[in-house]
Amino acid sequence: MQATRDFSHYVKHLGSGLQHIDLAVEGVNCAGCMSKIERGLSAMPDVTLARVNLTDRRVALEWKQGTLDPGSFIDRLAELGYKAYPFEKASAEAAEAEQSRFLLRCLGVAAFATMNVMMLSIPVWSGNVSDMLPEQRDFFHWLSALIALPAVAYAGQPFFRSAFRALRAGTVNMDVPICIGVTLALGMSVVETVNHAEHAYFDAAIMLLTFLLVGRYLDQNMRRRTRAVAGNLAALKAETAAKFVGADEISQVPVAAIRPGDIVLLRPGERCAVDGTAIEGKSEIDQSLITGETLYVAAEHGTSIYAGSLNISGALRVRVSAASEATLLAEITRLLDNAWQARSRYMRLADRASRLYAPVVHATALLTVLGWVLMGASWHEAIVTGIAVLIITCPCALGLAIPTVQTVAAGAMFKAGVLLNSGDAIERLAETDHVIFDKTGTLTLPELEVVNAADIPAGIFALAGQLALSSHHPVAAAVAQAASARSPLVGAIEEPGQGVRAECGGVEIRMGKPSFCGAEQMATDNADLDPEASIVAFSRGEEKYLFSVRQALRPDARAVIASLRQRGIAVEILSGDREAAVRAAASVLGIDEWRAGVTPADKIARIEELKRRGFRVMMVGDGMNDAPSLAAAHVSMSPISAAHLSQSTADLVFLGKPLAPVVAAIDHSRKALHLMRQNLWLAVGYNLLAVPIAISGIVTPLIAAAAMSGSSILVMLNALRARNSGSQARPAKIDAGFASDRVLEHDPEKWEPVFRKDHAQIKDMRS
Amino acid sequence: MEVLVILVPLALGLGLAGLLAFLWSLKSGQYDDLDGAAWRAIADDEPAEVPPSERA
Repeated sequence: MQATRDFSHYVKHLGSGLQHIDLAVEGVNCAGCMSKIERGLSAMPDVTLARVNLTDRRVALEWKQGTLDPGSFIDRLAELGYKAYPFEKASAEAAEAEQSRFLLRCLGVAAFATMNVMMLSIPVWSGNVSDMLPEQRDFFHWLSALIALPAVAYAGQPFFRSAFRALRAGTVNMDVPICIGVTLALGMSVVETVNHAEHAYFDAAIMLLTFLLVGRYLDQNMRRRTRAVAGNLAALKAETAAKFVGADEISQVPVAAIRPGDIVLLRPGERCAVDGTAIEGKSEIDQSLITGETLYVAAEHGTSIYAGSLNISGALRVRVSAASEATLLAEITRLLDNAWQARSRYMRLADRASRLYAPVVHATALLTVLGWVLMGASWHEAIVTGIAVLIITCPCALGLAIPTVQTVAAGAMFKAGVLLNSGDAIERLAETDHVIFDKTGTLTLPELEVVNAADIPAGIFALAGQLALSSHHPVAAAVAQAASARSPLVGAIEEPGQGVRAECGGVEIRMGKPSFCGAEQMATDNADLDPEASIVAFSRGEEKYLFSVRQALRPDARAVIASLRQRGIAVEILSGDREAAVRAAASVLGIDEWRAGVTPADKIARIEELKRRGFRVMMVGDGMNDAPSLAAAHVSMSPISAAHLSQSTADLVFLGKPLAPVVAAIDHSRKALHLMRQNLWLAVGYNLLAVPIAISGIVTPLIAAAAMSGSSILVMLNALRARNSGSQARPAKIDAGFASDRVLEHDPEKWEPVFRKDHAQIKDMRS
Repeated sequence: MEVLVILVPLALGLGLAGLLAFLWSLKSGQYDDLDGAAWRAIADDEPAEVPPSERA
């Protein structure tokens, strides 16, 4: 049954007979790919526009309505050698993009104003020491005010808003002293200009905003980019469901277009993409992505099926339910909410710094005013000096100290295959001293692998692989893939729930349950060898073989555990799986601390216990059952193959088969935290030098401008060092852009995302 | 110093023109794909149009 593909959900109608679609494309990484794709697609009749976005790895397409099916674009791109899939911008991503543009607009306005105010300030500075007339100076000051005031009002919005939010919540963040400094500098300058004074600080105020906006834009751009990549990866999973559109008619529709109440068909070997309840059929399902349990669960009428479950043996009809209806989900959501509330108590390094910084600076300014009045200066003079202290201590360097390091470190992690969900995750990650791993799908790979391939003669293996192509069973699919079988055997018959058989050279060959192949005795003899594996038997006449199929450990898991220990980090396993399976994995990896059959609530209890004992716990997990503990841990990480809920809960997501990104992320974050602290000290050192000058009342606008830009640039340059994690053996690759991942793109092993393959789809592609 | 009457408005006008040009380029989506734009500059064939839907 070949279902039709329906992409109408993604197609936008532009009017005047034009249609538009956005595709996420895998593997576009150079100018060559760009023109190849654009030329290839433009050559199709009726295509009016094909434009690649190389930054986001996407293609925008427009065509005349009626003739073309969106599916044909995907086929065309597949011919060109690119995997593509339509996608819909998540609202979070659209918001990030809008924010990014807004910051760039602010930056443009601020930079324009800074340049023009500087152009007016430099004549004043040089005129003050030579022959400038007071009227000319006033004229230049008024012009500066005319430019700076509206520019600050516009470009300062991000800071004013954030400071206002913080104050309303009763806290202080770095933006509060920034806003106070900028506002006072402008206010004093206007008053001084009215009084025909020699000094005005318009240039200092607007320059400060420009520097801070540069830092903020880079930070935002990094986040936008990470979201775009995450959005692409999600789209390229191409999750679809076979929806009933008539009594017996189905259509393959994208998951985004499925609504509660729809009925979908779940064929054997398919991974369910929606939450729902089985209403017809009988099967076994693999719920390892939900519960961590690798044993199959029986499914029949009334069984809850969660997104991510793999259907094993028979076809099921599933009625889609709203997320809250499912009981397990409701329980997990409740635990998750509690965990989030506890999490929000963490205070970021920047906020801790500003909490110390703001009172000290404001007290210093106040003491300066009082001191000067006591020493006999006029109130006017004293207040001008006090404000000069605030201007020169305005935390420009401090405001840049942390976001710039975060940006650079996030870029470095991106190259190592780690996507950051939240900015402050870096500092929390750096503090980690205890890592809890989930087993299924985290320490192990999500795909099934044949573990005893070496024990089976190559000829038998190849034949078994060919036979396996005719079965929908996921275990058979794993055998077929391991044997890299391409051509199915002619006349193979699948017996549902039993196995497949075929005639080969006059001998009957069979593959399936041990009983189906007459290998029960052999299976019982080997049952205790590998408790985690699924056994599939193969017989050719009287020859019998057993394939042991299971989720293998990630290739570098052992090395990663060892290097975590080397860094003084304790490691343990908390798994929802059976004891025997967890014990086997733990002993291979040399982990003494492990627990099996753990519920989500138990996991949280364990994390809380460790927290009470003073550990900073990192949770690495992929299952839906891990989501609450991911939120409860100090910091959390998920593989890209994780359940949706877990992936959005985790602070970091890593790509690819190896587990190495976990260590790389810790190294990068430790280096980054070190640099953040260093930057804060640089900023403090700058203040120790500048404040006495300000207090003594000899600060001129020239000194303020030079000191502030000098310290900001110093901090930014120092942040660039976060590009190399220091302890990495790999030589550092120098790259022009912060976030450019072009270098890594040529390391395919690192970047091949572990997609949970939809076996039915692979079959469709083969046939 | 009468020359200031001409020079200052001229300087500010040029600056403002630059700002408006920047805002226009931002609005027309020229900052949406900085990596791609860097390569398009040295590509042999004619550049494609920016899609209208991206002109937010």
